[in-house]
Amino acid sequence: MMPDLLVHGLYIAYVLGFLLGLATIFTWVERKQSAVMADRIGANRAYLRIPFTQVKLVWWGLFHGIADGLKMIFKENFTPATYDRFCYNLAPWLASVPVLLVFAVVPFGGEVTPGRFFEPGSAAAEFFGDRSWRMQIAALDAGILFVLAISGVGILGTMLAGWSSNNKFSMLGAARAASQMISYEVAMGLALIAVVVTYGTVDLNDMVLWQQQAAWGILVQPVAFLLFLTASIAENKRIPFDLPECESELISGYFTEYTSMKMGLFLLSEFIEIVVISALVVTLFLGGYTLPFLRPEGFVLPGGATWELSHFAVVVLQVLTFTAKVFVVGCFQIGIRWTLPRFRYDQLMDLGWKFLLPLAALNLVVTAVVRWWTL
Amino acid sequence: MSGRPAKKQYWNEPELGLWERLYIFEIVRGLSITGGVFFRNMWKWVTGRKGALTAYYPEEVRADYSPNNRGRHVLTQRPDGKVQCVACNMCATACPAYCIEIEAAIDPTDGAHPKSPARFEIDYSRCIFCGFCVEACPEDAIRMVKDTPDLPGFDRDVMWGRKDLLMLWHPLADPRKRYPPAPEPTTEVREP
Ligand code: SF4
Ligand code: SF4
Repeated sequence: MMPDLLVHGLYIAYVLGFLLGLATIFTWVERKQSAVMADRIGANRAYLRIPFTQVKLVWWGLFHGIADGLKMIFKENFTPATYDRFCYNLAPWLASVPVLLVFAVVPFGGEVTPGRFFEPGSAAAEFFGDRSWRMQIAALDAGILFVLAISGVGILGTMLAGWSSNNKFSMLGAARAASQMISYEVAMGLALIAVVVTYGTVDLNDMVLWQQQAAWGILVQPVAFLLFLTASIAENKRIPFDLPECESELISGYFTEYTSMKMGLFLLSEFIEIVVISALVVTLFLGGYTLPFLRPEGFVLPGGATWELSHFAVVVLQVLTFTAKVFVVGCFQIGIRWTLPRFRYDQLMDLGWKFLLPLAALNLVVTAVVRWWTL
Repeated sequence: MSGRPAKKQYWNEPELGLWERLYIFEIVRGLSITGGVFFRNMWKWVTGRKGALTAYYPEEVRADYSPNNRGRHVLTQRPDGKVQCVACNMCATACPAYCIEIEAAIDPTDGAHPKSPARFEIDYSRCIFCGFCVEACPEDAIRMVKDTPDLPGFDRDVMWGRKDLLMLWHPLADPRKRYPPAPEPTTEVREP
């Protein structure tokens, strides 16, 4: 009981730090990457001064995220004159908490046996025994279904935000957001069913293990990868799918009437969602936390050569691999955001219903037939 | 030449072939363009060069300002080092941004120019660099030079151009526009 509590408490702390830290870093990446690809320098003025000295740490503008956060927290919490008090205050939480929750089923490392970190016979080793835990907050059998179910709740937050702030622009933005997210959820679900058919499991950890045995999902299911990436960027309401909050027509869409940290939550959840989407893409299609040839006992090359690693080193390597993959996929998403122009709303719906959905269905049929023959 | 009129061509006629309509390949093309620029610039940054076209303002002074650029104001001086301005307030009247403030002082001993500004301030947070003040001045006492005022700072005080900061031009130090030599320069020549 106690080891369980300790291990899962550590997992939760780690995952919260991972999500928030990476989301903050992605706000920086978004600025700097766009600057570099547009021949600019980018934000580089915020600094931390070491107390009592004149040493200013600039670190390429990495602290702009902190400055943003502080600004959000200390701003006046302005509310519209007529609004639905309860729903208005609930909406930012409904939009941001599901995003965090989705990560609960994502494995960010393999099996870990904490007892093996310590000297055999020491008190800590006795405490943990030889039990091992999956590095996953909730090792659910229904991983993928949980992801779909919880990410669907995010729509509620968006709709509530638009409706409760009693503003036409918010209302329009919320309507757009709702129809967009629901449309793309369908394509996303169909794409994922093809993935499930291929892997023969809905448990995310088993999917990772399957990929380690066979091949990365992006090679087995390239179409599903593209569909999933497109649909999840659309779910995240970022450019090129940022119709719900397009500045030119709707001011700021469904969170027009939000100020201070309530708006900050919407913005932060957008960046956390980048991390979560990257984590899902990595887990489903890019081999998750595994590295080629990395087995629980060390590197095993095909020629039979092995390079033994301690259990601790393997665990650290797996966690770092996962983080690095998530970072790269996140940067790729940001690259897409700064490259593609926005869709028109009818084009967006056309793309969702007339292109992605049939393609996902076709992919599912082909996958099922192939699976039928090879089984 | 046949008599058929040529089909009217619009400059923005969409010409989407199947390739473009498939969209995915165009995405790849766009990503490789932006990615190419990104990695080229990034390579410059990591090898210690500057991978951007923009300048660090205000640390870096751009070399390509035109000599006629309307930038910072200067108050010209007489050969004896006194400010040429006679505090007539014409520039302040002409200024569309109402950002010049002058407080006059009197010096009865100087018969030719008894009036001079005790305080001459330009609020650069409001100045629009239109140059009307330069046009309005009957004494050629205010000019604009090509470099920019040193504006960035952490409070508004640094956005004021004060008289002592503006008095940067002395006729004897400028080889391009000399004044008739004064009888006897009394004070030390101020370098611009
Ligand atoms: S440049 Fe124009 S705005 Fe600026 S001080 Fe002169 S008259 Fe006023
Ligand atoms: S700068 Fe010229 S216009 Fe302005 S007060 Fe002085 S003399 Fe008059």
